Amino acid sequence: MAKRVGVEVSIAIAEAVKLARAEVIPAYPITPQTHIVEHLSELVANGELDAEFIPVESEHAAMSACCGSSAAGARTFTSSSSQGLSLMSEVLYIPAPMRLPIVNVVANRAMSAPISIWNDHQDIMVQRDIGWIQTFAENGQEAVDLVLHAFRVSEDRRVSLPIIVNIDGFTLSHVIEPIEIPDQEEADAYIPPFKPKFKLDPKKPITMGPVGIPEVYTEAKVAHNEALKNSKKVILKAWKEFAEQFGREYHPVESYRTEDAETILVTMGSISETAMTAVDKMRDEGKNVGLVRIRLWRPFPGPEFRKAAGKAKVLAVIDRCLPPGALCGPVGAELRSLFYKIPGSPKIFSFVAGLGGRDVTVARFEEIVDKANKYAKKRPKELYEVIGVREK
Amino acid sequence: MIPEFEKFKGFKAKSIPKDEPLAPGHRACQGCGEVLALRMVMKALGKDVIVCSATGCMEIITTPYPHTAWRVPWIHIAFENAAAVASGVESARKVLRRKGRIPKKHVDIMAVGGDGATGDIGLQWISGAFERGHDFLYVCLDNEAYMNTGVQRSGCTPYGAMTTTSPPGSKSFGQVTWKKNVPAIAVAHNIPYVATASPAYYLDLMNKVKKAALVKGPAYVHIYSPCPTGWGSAGERSIEFAKLAVETKVFPLYEVIEGRYIMSRKINKPKPVTEYLKGQKRFRHLDEEHIDYIQKRVDAEYEKLLKLSEMT
Repeated sequence: MAKRVGVEVSIAIAEAVKLARAEVIPAYPITPQTHIVEHLSELVANGELDAEFIPVESEHAAMSACCGSSAAGARTFTSSSSQGLSLMSEVLYIPAPMRLPIVNVVANRAMSAPISIWNDHQDIMVQRDIGWIQTFAENGQEAVDLVLHAFRVSEDRRVSLPIIVNIDGFTLSHVIEPIEIPDQEEADAYIPPFKPKFKLDPKKPITMGPVGIPEVYTEAKVAHNEALKNSKKVILKAWKEFAEQFGREYHPVESYRTEDAETILVTMGSISETAMTAVDKMRDEGKNVGLVRIRLWRPFPGPEFRKAAGKAKVLAVIDRCLPPGALCGPVGAELRSLFYKIPGSPKIFSFVAGLGGRDVTVARFEEIVDKANKYAKKRPKELYEVIGVREK
Repeated sequence: MIPEFEKFKGFKAKSIPKDEPLAPGHRACQGCGEVLALRMVMKALGKDVIVCSATGCMEIITTPYPHTAWRVPWIHIAFENAAAVASGVESARKVLRRKGRIPKKHVDIMAVGGDGATGDIGLQWISGAFERGHDFLYVCLDNEAYMNTGVQRSGCTPYGAMTTTSPPGSKSFGQVTWKKNVPAIAVAHNIPYVATASPAYYLDLMNKVKKAALVKGPAYVHIYSPCPTGWGSAGERSIEFAKLAVETKVFPLYEVIEGRYIMSRKINKPKPVTEYLKGQKRFRHLDEEHIDYIQKRVDAEYEKLLKLSEMT
């Protein structure tokens, strides 16, 4: 039976990776991902997890080894963050079109300069278009559940794509929470053994990663994009079966008190929990405010989001990434294109908040809602605003 | 001595395997010494091998989709990281064998790249894989410049050579640095087997590749690979230049087995380096002074190597 324990989220994630029976773990340490890989190397050292932990010399090598391992037919896991994720960036683009399943937990952290070890989403927004499935966890339980879900979906032959599970650095990775960790039997029932359709095998030689001449390159990219878009069906089914087996429900977007809400906050990741508290407070004060949290970032769940938030008059989107020189934050821009020229669609404003570990408090959410409502009446010059900038 | 070598008798001219794991019909240039070396590498390794290729000439000429020249499993991920990809393949097979998910039979894992992919951009990945002790061989096919991108200089480009980014001019005589000693860097990792080889001495080349595959742990083979296109040499003279490079002591053949240097071929009556330099357009601008320097430095480097073989 599953046990509910008080445990640091990073340790719980490592335990989930063990339950998923990961076989090869190439990893390079970077704050705030370290506790995940430390605990995994302990599990391997103690013989609790029968896997190869490859202590690689860089994140670029980590992702390179992940590609080799997955292509050879082993269940593959790694974890990274921020500068490390950017260092792997060149390789991150490669496993998705090559259809190599890999699970990568990213402990989201700010990008240098100035160097900052603290949390925001700039690291993953840089990697938005690598072609991986990408999910965001809002608490420790969800982080564990999304990791189990990721192995199941990634290796499904209809999907065969790598997945990034985003967890907020420190605010999730280093926090102790009560988490229900499934037992091995339950995990095995949910995650079948990895049986790839193609692998590097001298008995059946294949060429992987050939040159894409102009006559085939476009088709290869389109095929990958189709696979990514089609993966949503499997993602949803795997969440449905997760709910049946474990009793915890997950959807691509989650609504909170959105019925009759005129203004809806949009969040991703752990600030969603503070946002819920803020919504409760504003509701108590008679304000018609709700919240929609995006859990599935890629492939973007357009219809689900429209259904969840389409009736609101105003969307106040929290972007945890400053978009230098751009018109709007990345999440705001995504939603603007989702609702473009749809009659009666909400007015959308992006608020850049929580950069480099700055807390986004209940008061900040109230400020954001007030501003969004004000801007709905009188359109501001810019499509986004950075919240909480100190004047002195 | 390395126990895995005991049973290996060495290839003979008569017993060269007829199998061609690298099929003909690829798109290499006429007279390419690199693909010839690679063909011999593959003959030595046979069919039970997984090849992890760096980006480069050998990658593009063998795999323009939907064609492939590979009759063995082959993977290409990027330019600098073939050794790390091989680390992943090796680790995967280790755990899968342990769990009984793949047959117990040993399969060699080879990472292969050019001199740029090996000595310049990929050095860190190779260093990491050597230091971690993965059971694989790394083969560097050294044609002494970035040929795939149009003959730019690399750290392995020889002194004085003209390339598109080391052009001779009124203020330059071509490549201003001496060739990087990548085998010595491999040796510094204390790996069990390092060797240099040349397609002009094909049995020696095949034996070294086989030994590199047989030895447990990481092994490194650095293969001299003439490039008529990049060197401005006649295609039909590639093997001749490969031979001259050895006979002039420009590219000495040796093995380093568990740290002990062993000369594969002692050059007692060396030919002058001019024999090697002439006939290659990349060297034709060099004046006497530079050629004199090259001769002296080649002799000195060879002497160092001899001393190492006497000392170890």
